[in-house]
Amino acid sequence: MSRYFTEDHEWIDVDGDIGTVGISEYAQSQLGDIVFVDVPEDGKELTKGDEAAVVESVKAASDVYAPASGTVLEGNPALSDTPELVNEDPEGDGWFFKITLSDPSELEELMDESAYATFVSKL
Amino acid sequence: MSNASSIDHADAYVEVEPGTLPLDAWHRARGGRMVEFAGYWMPVQYEGIMAEHLWVRGNAGLFDVSHMGQLHLSGEGLDAALERLIPADVAGIKPHHQKYSLLLNEEGGILDDLMLTRWDDGLYMVVNGATKYDDMAHLLDGLPDDVTLNHMDEQALLALQGPKAVDALARLVPGVEELVFLTGARFEWQGASLWISRSGYTGEDGFEISVPADHAEALAEALCAQGEVKPIGLGARDSLRLEADLPLYGHDLDPETTPIMAALNFAVASKRRREEANFPGAARILAERENGSALKRVGLVLDGRQPVREGATVMDDRGAAIGRVTSGGFAPSIGKPIAMAYVPAALSAVGTRVELAQRGKVHTGTVTAMPFVPHRYHRGVK
Repeated sequence: MSRYFTEDHEWIDVDGDIGTVGISEYAQSQLGDIVFVDVPEDGKELTKGDEAAVVESVKAASDVYAPASGTVLEGNPALSDTPELVNEDPEGDGWFFKITLSDPSELEELMDESAYATFVSKL
Repeated sequence: MSNASSIDHADAYVEVEPGTLPLDAWHRARGGRMVEFAGYWMPVQYEGIMAEHLWVRGNAGLFDVSHMGQLHLSGEGLDAALERLIPADVAGIKPHHQKYSLLLNEEGGILDDLMLTRWDDGLYMVVNGATKYDDMAHLLDGLPDDVTLNHMDEQALLALQGPKAVDALARLVPGVEELVFLTGARFEWQGASLWISRSGYTGEDGFEISVPADHAEALAEALCAQGEVKPIGLGARDSLRLEADLPLYGHDLDPETTPIMAALNFAVASKRRREEANFPGAARILAERENGSALKRVGLVLDGRQPVREGATVMDDRGAAIGRVTSGGFAPSIGKPIAMAYVPAALSAVGTRVELAQRGKVHTGTVTAMPFVPHRYHRGVK
């Protein structure tokens, strides 16, 4: 399984043609206390770069973009009652949604873990 | 991921590089996350807005509000002259007592909100940071030459807020416990002269402390050495004041908004001032006070967990825009999203259901009495 990152601080884990999407540790630390997450409906078709989810902290709302194109398999059901999971475990239990990838070659444009770490260190 | 709406940069944009305030290095050393606000670098948060907010409601928090304008006015005929610019009963402010008021334009719109205190040698006025230079120009323009205006920019301003603020501050500055809400006095601390009032912007008991800039860091350090006190950022200041029904200038108040629209009727409470009717916009404001204004500021509690933010639209049952959210966020003390909004008078009654639109999504909420969290001011034993 490989993990990729976007410059907008989403991550995607890829296992076969299924991707799991969330936001990075850096992103959650910048957002602060998360109070609400709006995940996409099952079956929604997403094109890479589409607004896929909304994450609300106490002070601000932020859009989460689809790191790759595909069909939403499911949103993380735990986030409706416990959005703070995104603060506690952003790159694990705080995942946002799973997606069936329509074009896995899009992943080649994303950063791997070390490239993302370098990217964040320069922010 | 990208920011869709934020308070970070919501205050007036400035073209120039942000200024630094006396406690700049102290905030950075303490881990404050600095953002540009009202033309200065200021801490938006330390450990997190939620934790800081709840700490203030239960303990005591130290806020640096040195960006605000501290003005001193003096001179012959000051009270009467200032009454031509604001609706307060200035002449009736007793020594060392403090009053909330508003700078108004000729249409009765709000140019700024402010706190006014009678000192032994004139009036001490605290105005908003983003508007202070405009306010000074307005005051100089509207006051006679006999009145002297001094911008006390050599002073820092700290606020210590929360139910344990009195315990912490009285340990350093004995005597402050004698003050009651909206009174102040001068105290000495380590050779510095402090003006301390029992007031603030959180709805809690607490104090505001005007301190010479060269003593600000030592005072902040001494306060935060008290077990009750933690430094608190602007983020929690915003959520605390929102819960406490305290409007924020530039957001909930602006030059298009009158005191009656803003539900600040207590700012035009003086019978003498109403009878004289010689403050800016008096005709309109007094008519609105009598008959109501078309729009009114109300509090909303939203259904669900998603906040609505400044700029969200209030809709009628056909989806037409009839009002606007001016502040909104998640209320840590309530555990629900809340907002301030301007709605037509017909929809302003407590309990009225409203629909709102934000970024293509419809939200629902209920008009709710404010403050959302009861004030806990120390008014003294009556």
